[in-house]
Amino acid sequence: MNRIDQRFSELKEQGRKALIPYITAGDPAPQYTVGFMHALVEAGADIIELGVPFSDPMADGPVIQKACERALKQGTRLVDLLDMVAEFRQVDAKTPIVLMGYLNPIERIGYETFADKAASVGVDGVLVVDMPPEEADEFGPLLKARDLAAIFLVAPTTSNARAATICAHGEGYLYYVSLKGVTGAATLNADDVAEHLAPLREMTDLPLCVGFGIRDGVTAAEVAKVADGVIVGSALVNRIAESVDAPETIAGQLKSVLGEMRTAMDA
Amino acid sequence: MTVSATETKFSDLTRMPDARGHFGPYGGRFVSETLSFALEELEQTYLSLRDDPDFQAEFDRDLAHYVGRPSPLYHAERWSQSLGGAQIWLKREDLNHTGAHKVNNTIGQALLAKKTGKPRVIAETGAGQHGVATATVAARLGLECDVYMGAADVQRQKLNVYRMRLLGARVIPVESGTRTLKDAMNEALRDWVTNVDNTFYIIGTVAGPHPYPQLVRDFNSVVGREARQQSLAQIGRLPDALIACVGGGSNALGLFYPFVEDDAVAMYGVEAGGDGIETGRHAAPLSTNAPRGVLHGNRTYLMSDEAGQVSDTHSISAGLDYPGVGPEHALWKDVGRVNYVAANDKEVLEAFRELTHMEGIMPALESAHALAHAKVLAPTMRPDQHIVVNLSGRGDKDIMTVANIDGIEF
Repeated sequence: MNRIDQRFSELKEQGRKALIPYITAGDPAPQYTVGFMHALVEAGADIIELGVPFSDPMADGPVIQKACERALKQGTRLVDLLDMVAEFRQVDAKTPIVLMGYLNPIERIGYETFADKAASVGVDGVLVVDMPPEEADEFGPLLKARDLAAIFLVAPTTSNARAATICAHGEGYLYYVSLKGVTGAATLNADDVAEHLAPLREMTDLPLCVGFGIRDGVTAAEVAKVADGVIVGSALVNRIAESVDAPETIAGQLKSVLGEMRTAMDA
Repeated sequence: MTVSATETKFSDLTRMPDARGHFGPYGGRFVSETLSFALEELEQTYLSLRDDPDFQAEFDRDLAHYVGRPSPLYHAERWSQSLGGAQIWLKREDLNHTGAHKVNNTIGQALLAKKTGKPRVIAETGAGQHGVATATVAARLGLECDVYMGAADVQRQKLNVYRMRLLGARVIPVESGTRTLKDAMNEALRDWVTNVDNTFYIIGTVAGPHPYPQLVRDFNSVVGREARQQSLAQIGRLPDALIACVGGGSNALGLFYPFVEDDAVAMYGVEAGGDGIETGRHAAPLSTNAPRGVLHGNRTYLMSDEAGQVSDTHSISAGLDYPGVGPEHALWKDVGRVNYVAANDKEVLEAFRELTHMEGIMPALESAHALAHAKVLAPTMRPDQHIVVNLSGRGDKDIMTVANIDGIEF
């Protein structure tokens, strides 16, 4: 069983909700990323989304754009991310890892080569922001053949017909984008989210995880009441941005931000 | 991709894109999920109106009475004679209202915006011509208008920035990335994803996610339809060659598309050679065989490094300073229908000065790329042969750039 499915079945037994932090790999420099990942697990992360930096992150707000710029300035490449995952796996064999980013870096490596390498280093899922299921004809089956979950987004603007297609193709979990907008935008409305998740529950057994607009323990706990998982990105990346001059303090800060969310969600 | 471009025949090229917006292995709709709904809606609106006689009549009426079409096909006799070869004919898109071919498309998309009832339009712009054309139609229809422009381009195209502001648009300088056209497009997409309920995105070139490459091509095809008729009337036959500059590629597709099945008509797309192809400082993905990649919603030839990060580009002309190219051009390159070449900044300036001196027509620096290739091609042809060059825009906006190069300050 894929580590993601395994994790969600454990959480279900425990009656808990998944806490899924996102950080951009290589931010503020590649040598810190694996340490941050371990810190996130210690603070209660159930799954880690590791962002692949890209020169043109069209779906991201300024916080993650700047994280990409910092990581790229340090020369972080997709192949370096795969090395980071391999290093992480030497210590942690259980925490699922999802690579999240844009298609072009994967296109340059080649779908099959990428899928082979990702599977061999211990990646569990792939979320390509600018690749909806309609464009995944070739890549999707290559992931599936290697037991890598193809994770897709559902948005507030997604029609029921499209949602059905996405549910049919999706694996691992569904990433529900809580807001129209880019990452790091305004705070979400939990009632609104609940309303949008209800029809998805009818369509799929996949866990429904919610991202965009979760900033603190309060919003995380509100979302955890209606969703199977809570995804938090910009709130963490913000902390990295504020401490680029004191990188040794970042792991501790990430732990405290995520720990607060974990506590609030489990209360 | 499973579809091989080399299996495509020239006659197949008129049936592109397929139902999912693919041009062979290129094109498509690579966008984040939030935009899928808006693109499906736009596609349905466009497909339902494309063959609607009332919509077409309204479009044609606007082109005639607002834009001033048809634009002339002008025989540049003196320049042709001095080059000593083929006769050069200029398709005078510079004489359109707002001074470039861009308005053909913004008129069309503004009509679509009106049909969808959205009160706000946004656009990206490089040289500012598309921004001006968008601000113009927005003013006419009473729509709110925001234009994203790379901060570097805001600097080098100050005149157009002020024009847009006079027209009532807000010009938003984009400071991220390379601060040029691609970054303006990123920011416009971010705006659209946030304000998709009340906003229509008027994309200015034959790139972006499906259906934009198709509808921008269709709206600009009036250029080639007119040029074809005018050639038959004025030359007495079809021309031997067509030349147009290619950034995203909208003026080139507009001219080329109605000739695509005329095998005897050679076509040349001229990319921005910048400091010279050999320096790496250029914006010529097709003529340098850049790898395939995905940016701004479509798969195409895309200048990127080995790690898949999009490359910096360089061109004297802001309108061509883009690392990708419309997906239909990518297919046309692969099947060999169009020859893609590059002209460097120096050659472009020479052509700019030559046409201004010899014909009294000041071309946009973008269009001067096409002229630079005409200078190369014409002398290799006979005087009884004919070349149509798309003079896609006028050069007033570039006077400051050229003056700076000449060391003149105002």
